[in-house]
Amino acid sequence: MTTKIGEQKLLEIFGKMTLIRSFEQKINWLFSKGMIGGTSHLYIGQEAVAVGVCHVLRDDDYVLSTHRGHGHLLAKGGDPKKLMAELMGKKSGYCGGKGGTQHLCAKDINFLGTNGLTAGAIPIATGVALAIKLSNSNNLVVSFFGDGASNHGNFHESLNMASIWKLPIIFLCENNLYAMSLPVSKSTSIMDIYLRAASYSMKGLPCDGMDVFSVISTVEEAVRWVRAGNGPCLVEAKTYRFCGHSKSDQLKYRTREEENAWKKRDPIKLLKMHMLDSKIEPSVLETIEEEQMNLVEEAVKYAQDDDPPVARVASSGVFLNA
Amino acid sequence: MREIYFNKALNEALREKMSEDESVLLIGEDIGVYGGAFKVTEGLLESFGEKRVIETPISENSFMGVATGLAMMGFKPVVEIMFMDFIALAFDQILNHTTKFHYMYNGQVNIPMVIRTPAGAKGGYGPSHSQSLEALFIGIPGLKVVAPSDPYTAKGLLKSAINDPNPVLFVENKVLYGTKGEVPEESYLIPLNQAMIRREGTDLTIISYSRMLQLSLKVASFLEKQGVTLEVLDLISLSPLDEEAIIASIKKTKRVVVVDEGCKTGGIGAEISALLAEEAIEYLDAPIIRVGLPNVPIPASIFLERHVIPDEQKILDAVDQCLNW
Ligand SMILES: Cc1ncc(C[n+]2csc(CCOP(=O)(O)OP(=O)(O)O)c2C)c(N)n1
Ligand SMILES: [Mg+2]
Repeated sequence: MTTKIGEQKLLEIFGKMTLIRSFEQKINWLFSKGMIGGTSHLYIGQEAVAVGVCHVLRDDDYVLSTHRGHGHLLAKGGDPKKLMAELMGKKSGYCGGKGGTQHLCAKDINFLGTNGLTAGAIPIATGVALAIKLSNSNNLVVSFFGDGASNHGNFHESLNMASIWKLPIIFLCENNLYAMSLPVSKSTSIMDIYLRAASYSMKGLPCDGMDVFSVISTVEEAVRWVRAGNGPCLVEAKTYRFCGHSKSDQLKYRTREEENAWKKRDPIKLLKMHMLDSKIEPSVLETIEEEQMNLVEEAVKYAQDDDPPVARVASSGVFLNA
Repeated sequence: MREIYFNKALNEALREKMSEDESVLLIGEDIGVYGGAFKVTEGLLESFGEKRVIETPISENSFMGVATGLAMMGFKPVVEIMFMDFIALAFDQILNHTTKFHYMYNGQVNIPMVIRTPAGAKGGYGPSHSQSLEALFIGIPGLKVVAPSDPYTAKGLLKSAINDPNPVLFVENKVLYGTKGEVPEESYLIPLNQAMIRREGTDLTIISYSRMLQLSLKVASFLEKQGVTLEVLDLISLSPLDEEAIIASIKKTKRVVVVDEGCKTGGIGAEISALLAEEAIEYLDAPIIRVGLPNVPIPASIFLERHVIPDEQKILDAVDQCLNW
C-alpha cells in the first residue's frame, strides 16, 4: 500500500472506516437483542470502498445507494444519530421512521437514497446525472450497486443511456463475489465486471476494494475523466462482505477458508498496518477507535431516547399538496 | 368555436406548458421527429430541441427511473409509454420508486411527473397492444390516475397533471385520438380530482370515462327518445375517485351501470361497486351492473375483438337489465 495522502486526511479516512465498522457491529448486536426490526444488510468488510469513494467526491456530488447502504450514507457525511433513529423507527430518523434501512434519503448531503430493489437506483442515478448535465453543472453522481445488480436489465439499460448521453456518472460496482448465496461464477458471464464497460464504449476501471488507497486512486482517475466531460465510467471494486447477506443467512454457500483468507485482508487492518508503518503512534489510532465507538454509543442513546413517531404520520404525506 | 383532434389538444397542452415552464421535459421512445406513435408530440422537438424532448432507447424501466431522477432534481418530466401494454416493463420503477419517494423519504423530495400512455382497443391491434390497464394502478398510493374523454378535457387535464407536484398517470385512448371536439384558444385548466356530469338524468346513472364515456353518451341520447333519461357521469379521475360526485348521482337516480374497457374482474367497475356497496347501498333500487371485458385477452381479429370490447348494445342491455330489475 502506498499513498501521498497526508497524515491528517489519513486519520479522517481511518476514522470514517472505523465508524462504519463500529456502527454495523452495533446494529448486529441490536438485532440479536430484538431492538431493531425488519432486516439489515451489513457493510462490514467493504468499508474501504464507500470511504475511499466519498473521500474523492465533493460535497455537491450525489450518491445513490443500495440495500447495503449504511456505509455509503456515513461515508457521505451522514449523521449516525439520525441513521440509528431511522433504523429504530423513531421520529428523528432521516425519514421519520417511514423509510428504514433500505429506503432512506438524506437530501441535505446529496445522498439520494438507499434502495430496496436490487439495481433499482441505477436508472434514477442516471436521471440525476442527466439533470446535472441539463443544468450545465459540473458535479457528478456515484451509483453504488453490487455484482448481483450487474446482471439486471437496469444496469445494462442505464449504462447504455449514460454512454449515449455522455452523463457525469460513475457506476460503482462493489463485487463482493456473491448476490445473497449466488456466486459470481454461477451468475455472471464475466469475472471482471468492469470489462462490461466495453459494451457501452465506456471507460472501465478495476480496483482492490480492500485497499482504500487503490479505491481512492482509481476513483480519482474516474472523477477526472467524468468531470472533464468524457461521459460515464464503470469502476469495479473487488471486495468481500464479512457477515452474512442479511439476518437469515447461515453462510452455507461459502467456506470458512475463503472467509478467513479475505479477513486477512481486512481493509481496516491493512490501513492500520500502513499507518503504523508510517510511524503514526498506536495511541493516536486507539483514540480514534474510541471516539468512533463513542459516536455509535451516543447514536444509540439518542435513538433510544427519541420519541416514536405519532400515529398521524403513518397516514399523511402520501401526496404533496399543490 | 374551433374544433381540433384529441391528439392535437394534447399536443397543444404540451406545447403551452413547455413554453411556460423551462423545467417541463418530454421523455420517451420515438417522440422526436416521428412525433410519437400517435403524433401527440409532433413538432415539439423542432420547437424545443433535444434538451427538452429526450428520446430514449427501448428501455422502459430505466427511462422511467431516469425521469424519476430528473423529477427529484426539480425537472417536470412528461414520460410517454408508447402503448399502455408496455408499462409492464416500467412497473417496478412506478410501483417501488416514483410513487414511493415522497412518502418514504418523509417529504424530502417530491416527484412532479406525468406518465402519458395510449390504452384501449382500436380494431385489430391484438392482445399486447389493446389493453386498458388503469385498474392495475388505482391501488398504488402516491399515484393519481386520470383519463379524459374528449379533446377539451384532454387539454386542460394534461396541463393540470403537469402542474401537479405528484406523479400522475394520464391514460389516453387510441380511438379518441382521432375524434374532434371544441377547444377554445384561451388557456384553461380542468381539475384533476373532479368527476363531471356530462348529461343529467333521473332514471339511472352510467358511470364511465375515456372512450366508454362517449359510447355511454350515445346510449343516453338513444334512450331519451324513448322517454328514459340517463345521467352520465365522467369520472375523469380514477384515483382518487370523486366519491362525493358518484354518491350524489346515485342518491338521485337510485340505479347504476358502470362501464369501462378493462377486465371486469378487479376492474374500475369493481372498485366503484365496492364503494357503492359500502357507502350508498341504502339508496340503490337495483343491483349495480358492470360492463367490462370478460377475462380473456383481446383478440386481434376485428371479428373477434368486437365480442369482448363493450359497445352501445352491451351498454344498452346492461341499462335495460338494471331498469327492469
Ligand atoms: C429486484 C430484487 N430482486 C431480489 C431482491 C432480493 N435481494 C436483495 S439483495 C440481493 C442480492 C444482491 O446482490 P448484490 O447486488 O451483489 O449486492 P450485495 O448484497 O452483495 O451487496 C437480493 C437477491 C431484491 N431486493 N430486489
Ligand atoms: Mg454481491
